[in-house]
Amino acid sequence: MFRSHILVCGGTGCTSGNSIKIYEALVHRIYKEGLDKEVHVTQTGCFGLCALGPIMIVYPEGAFYSQVKVEDVDEIVNEHIIKGRIVTRLLYKETVGHDGNIKALNDTNFYKKQHRVALRNCGVINPEKIDEYIAYDGYEALGKVLTEMTPQDVIDEITRSGLRGRGGAGFPTGRKWQFARNSEGKKKYVCCNADEGDPGAFMDRSILEGDPHAVIEAMAIAAYAIGSDQGYIYIRAEYPIAVQRLTIAIQQAREYGLLGKNIFGTDFCFDLDIRLGAGAFVCGEETALMTSIEGHRGEPRPRPPFPAVKGLFGKPTILNNVETYANVPQIILKGADWFSSMGTEKSRGTKVFALGGKIQNTGLVEIPMGTTMREIIYDIGGGCPNGKKFKAAQTGGPSGGCIPAHLIDTPIDYDNLISIGSMMGSGGLIVMDEDNCMVDIAKFFLEFTVDESCGKCTPCRVGTKRLYEMLCKVTDGTATMEDLDKMEELCYYIKENSLCGLGQTAPNPVLSTLRYFRDEYEAHVRDKRCPAGVCKKLLRYKIVEDKCKGCTLCARNCPVGAITGTVKEPHVIDPAKCIKCGVCMEKCKFGAIVKE
Amino acid sequence: MKSLEELRALREKMRSQTDNRSVAADGETVIKVGMATCGIAAGARPVLEALLDEAEKRRLHNVSISQTGCIGMCRLEPIVEVFRDGQKYTYVYMTPEKARRVVAEHVVNGNVCTEFLIGEN
Repeated sequence: MFRSHILVCGGTGCTSGNSIKIYEALVHRIYKEGLDKEVHVTQTGCFGLCALGPIMIVYPEGAFYSQVKVEDVDEIVNEHIIKGRIVTRLLYKETVGHDGNIKALNDTNFYKKQHRVALRNCGVINPEKIDEYIAYDGYEALGKVLTEMTPQDVIDEITRSGLRGRGGAGFPTGRKWQFARNSEGKKKYVCCNADEGDPGAFMDRSILEGDPHAVIEAMAIAAYAIGSDQGYIYIRAEYPIAVQRLTIAIQQAREYGLLGKNIFGTDFCFDLDIRLGAGAFVCGEETALMTSIEGHRGEPRPRPPFPAVKGLFGKPTILNNVETYANVPQIILKGADWFSSMGTEKSRGTKVFALGGKIQNTGLVEIPMGTTMREIIYDIGGGCPNGKKFKAAQTGGPSGGCIPAHLIDTPIDYDNLISIGSMMGSGGLIVMDEDNCMVDIAKFFLEFTVDESCGKCTPCRVGTKRLYEMLCKVTDGTATMEDLDKMEELCYYIKENSLCGLGQTAPNPVLSTLRYFRDEYEAHVRDKRCPAGVCKKLLRYKIVEDKCKGCTLCARNCPVGAITGTVKEPHVIDPAKCIKCGVCMEKCKFGAIVKE
Repeated sequence: MKSLEELRALREKMRSQTDNRSVAADGETVIKVGMATCGIAAGARPVLEALLDEAEKRRLHNVSISQTGCIGMCRLEPIVEVFRDGQKYTYVYMTPEKARRVVAEHVVNGNVCTEFLIGEN
């Protein structure tokens, strides 16, 4: 038993903030002081509050140190570890009450409304030690399934829990497993989709980095349920920490006999392999993913036949998302009723969101389904930085749509999001404030899908390209009102005629911004004006004569020499030369330069 | 690992490694050892080690053991405070042997070791 545990975040965010150096310095210092028998230093997965990384928690006090630097390690050890005095200056401000007392982490706004199921071990255990996972009830669910339940019992339990796919589409997991179980065939496969490709999404990555064994255990449970003996985890190679921890976890599970032959002394055999993806967005689509595992170019194929009937190597296959799997062991251990008690009527349980964009608390949050967007953005996320006004949030990345400010009180679940023209997606949530131009946002996402379209079917390959060109016309100010109608028509055409989910959802950002922000499109087209002041071609920088003191600072900083004027006289910008870089506005001390 | 029993045995063993990795819950016994300069000079570290060792041996999971700063009565160090059921018990002049007895009698069986309490010394 240790008298104190120091947990250093080893998630991707904190690692890029040098948390490994902090960890090493701590281990070194603790060893030097001869405290290694009573103080345990460990690296964990993501704590969630990435905006304040690198993060460190010291238990049993529960002191939450944020933005720690390597230089702070000595002070923390000298004061807190040796003398028992918490270093208040490094504490996360929210945890220090008005009276100077330390609040429990779960009472802070960021954590209060969260409910961690899929993320329960992230930030608690060392993901590279199977023993720690076992200490927190790891592999108990697999043991229970193999010794006490029939495969049908497992499927019934998952079905009853109401768990739906967390990859975005929300297909009931139990039903998917049932189809695969009912399919004839000796060889069946269990696959895990860890190809998270949405810009701004990092949920699956964080789960694999923080709790890889939960996914391995769940895949073994799924294999037992459908009668499979081989699984594949398809993960993108851009996630090196996740790949490394997953490799270690699989190795350890094999050494313990939790993967391999005759698991827990039963007849059940199951093994797992990792397949690395090269980072193509389309490989997150299930049929393209399987084609890629088979060793071919990642291109989708028509459905039906569905993977549950004819999937990987032509055999019945189930493919679930990382987060879906991470819920499974908990459902087996705590029961379907426990799980279905969370969330809403048709969307049970919790959902992990990666908060990004114009938001104070960038990071990873897990909330019960049915939580409103307002609670996520204001209560948990802390609102937009610098007091800016919230404009919209994009869920589902390039496949989803935006949720405008007036719908901020919509409870989040699969069906509500679809009815307002967005979708759950895998859980990326990008927040936009008044400075974002919605046409520009739609253009950004469409540029992404144009880039990532595999090119197999024409509606997607050519259609998205043409749609992108139309958007460019809008942002350039050369579009007509007729173009807006044409755009909408093309959107529906692409949606209806594309082969796979990528093309079928690619126009969503355009459609939803057209639906909620048509006035912005019209301002671009009719008035040749970008209301948010983002689209460069429609922008003009101007010097307000009354305010200009003639200090010449702008003229001296202008990179293209577009500003002229004599000292102590108002200056003028030549719009023909101006490249709209904004340097003059930034430099002006009198606020005399405006953009319109 | 060939059976569920084996897994459970390993978990039981591992749990003591992860004890104290949370803020003490309600109903948990909290033990604090005064470990300022005075406490350490009087021999608090072997006392703390004995407490940790005894709790691990007995597989106690409902107890949080940590250190604290100077409790104020340096002449009575090493001092161990036990918080249980809303009560505070202050043990003074502690030794590793006495610490083990406190774990066995007070923490496990609920019998306060009155002879070590501050009022008796």
